[in-house]
Amino acid sequence: MTMQTPLARETDQPAPGPATAATRVHRRVGSLHRTEPMYYFFVVPALVLFTAFVVAPACVGIFYSFTDYLGFGAWHFLGLENYKALVSDPSILASYGFTLGFALVTVVATQVIALALAIGLTKKVKFAAGLRSVFVIPMVVSGIIVAYVFNYLFSNTLPALATSVGFGPLEQSILGDPNLAWLSIVIVSAWQTVPGALLVYTAGLTSIPNDLYEASALDGAGAWKQLRSITLPLISGFIVINTVLGVKGYLGAYDVIVGLTGGGPGTATSSVAMTIFGGFTGGDYAYQMANATVFFIITVLISVLQLAATRGRNLRLA
Amino acid sequence: MTAVDTRTPVPRTTPTDPGKPPRRRGRFGRINWPLTILLAVASLTVLVPLYVTVAMAFKTSAQSVDGNALSLPAPFNPASFVEAWQLTRFPVSFSVSVGVAALTVVATLLLSSFASYAIVRNWHKRFFRWSFVYLLAAMFLPFPVIALPQIKLTAQLGLDNPIGVGILHAMFQLSFSVLLYSAYLRSIPVELEESARIDGASTWQIFWQIILPLLAPMNATVGIFAFLASWNDFMLPSLITADPTMQTLPVVQNIFQSKFGTNYNVAFASYLMAMAPTIIVYLFAQRWVISGVTQGAVKN
Repeated sequence: MTMQTPLARETDQPAPGPATAATRVHRRVGSLHRTEPMYYFFVVPALVLFTAFVVAPACVGIFYSFTDYLGFGAWHFLGLENYKALVSDPSILASYGFTLGFALVTVVATQVIALALAIGLTKKVKFAAGLRSVFVIPMVVSGIIVAYVFNYLFSNTLPALATSVGFGPLEQSILGDPNLAWLSIVIVSAWQTVPGALLVYTAGLTSIPNDLYEASALDGAGAWKQLRSITLPLISGFIVINTVLGVKGYLGAYDVIVGLTGGGPGTATSSVAMTIFGGFTGGDYAYQMANATVFFIITVLISVLQLAATRGRNLRLA
Repeated sequence: MTAVDTRTPVPRTTPTDPGKPPRRRGRFGRINWPLTILLAVASLTVLVPLYVTVAMAFKTSAQSVDGNALSLPAPFNPASFVEAWQLTRFPVSFSVSVGVAALTVVATLLLSSFASYAIVRNWHKRFFRWSFVYLLAAMFLPFPVIALPQIKLTAQLGLDNPIGVGILHAMFQLSFSVLLYSAYLRSIPVELEESARIDGASTWQIFWQIILPLLAPMNATVGIFAFLASWNDFMLPSLITADPTMQTLPVVQNIFQSKFGTNYNVAFASYLMAMAPTIIVYLFAQRWVISGVTQGAVKN
């Protein structure tokens, strides 16, 4: 198919020239009454598959969360029993505590590191493009494999280094320490997610006109003042996107934890996702579906709160 | 590597214009060397783990347990790869990974470009506007939430295999891809299609012959993201695929966590073989990876 030239268009059209605008209006009015069936054919496959594989399972799962279903066999309605039990289950509460704390620490650490690197890379540094290429590599590597590599580094290399310099606290693997194991998960998760945030911040920083910095420098603003009064307000939208997507990702953390600690030592680093998956083998399907439903509501609430908080902020700025 | 370097090269000095290079340097400012060094040191956090992976993969079993991960392999021992190849049944798991990723990419490209086109061109219709919101809602739906019913569903449908994994991967790519496509499609003028339509082209022909070629840069971005997400995933295949001999590359790596616990050289050779494809894709397709992240954020 070749693209039609205006000439061809005019000769083929029954009402040429001045009537074009009128024809278009007519077509648009016509389309209000009837959409070409082909458009439905285009959108329906996505809707059907999405409903069958995502929405329907979600509804079925929520339904079973009100029952005593084991994943097979007969079941009875329990009402809110599962939900009541969740609230007083110490292992569930611990998994939420760990997951929320981990997500909070990681999202803050990631944003600070990514923003610092992005600012550095937009300055006049040698090999900026090459350095950025290197910083982005972790984004394309499988989380579980990265976790296995770091597992080795944390349990062998780091203690060996600590012993050789005589630094006591790190002579044992931090993976085996219930108080420190979470740090390893923060480090590897940040290692993996800094690149995405870095790229988004780079896009944000390059959209800030350089004149602003030059003008403020003439007015005597230092680097810190410029960061607080120019950079941060102007990239606030990018900070929001990064935090919302970041938190959502960290809340569902699984691969990295499996590769590093497997949820241990004990259940010190057991995330909500890991507890939920336990329902598949552990026989408490309905109970873990109640857990998943609560988890879903919390995830949505956190995202909505983050977006709402910033919408208010944008209005104030405008 | 050079794909992202958009800085214009400094033109060579001509004999007639000797004063140019200093002025030019002045305008661009001087290179900030302390910052360059700081960033280079920071990049070691990425390079050292990668170096350790490569170095360990080429060590002998004896050297791999000496505790010094940073040493160079001596003697150089590529035999680890042979052992890793056999232990992970590399040809099989590699093919499964390729198959799952290919299914994910093709399904994602077709489903989301079809849907986005219909949605954008019929935005005045409530059905299509709601379809958009419906498909985007999955952005806030983490996999763990629907994992248990999905595991049951795929088992009942006979999809507890790599095909089911590919379908589910595509489902989790839909939101992001529809978002990217529809933002891009809004910038394509309708006039292009209208003239073809007047010539008697059907919507189907218009999509394949006009719209899809125009979507080429977006296809690359969406495709690469679908590929990376699918290739690197551990959670979904490990839970969905019932037959352990049909597992993807990331999942089969778990054999080194138990049985072959001290054969670090073999484990790292295997990790390297599983990591290499995405790093190679990245090095060649950096531009689209970077534009995908950037546009995904801007369009949100």
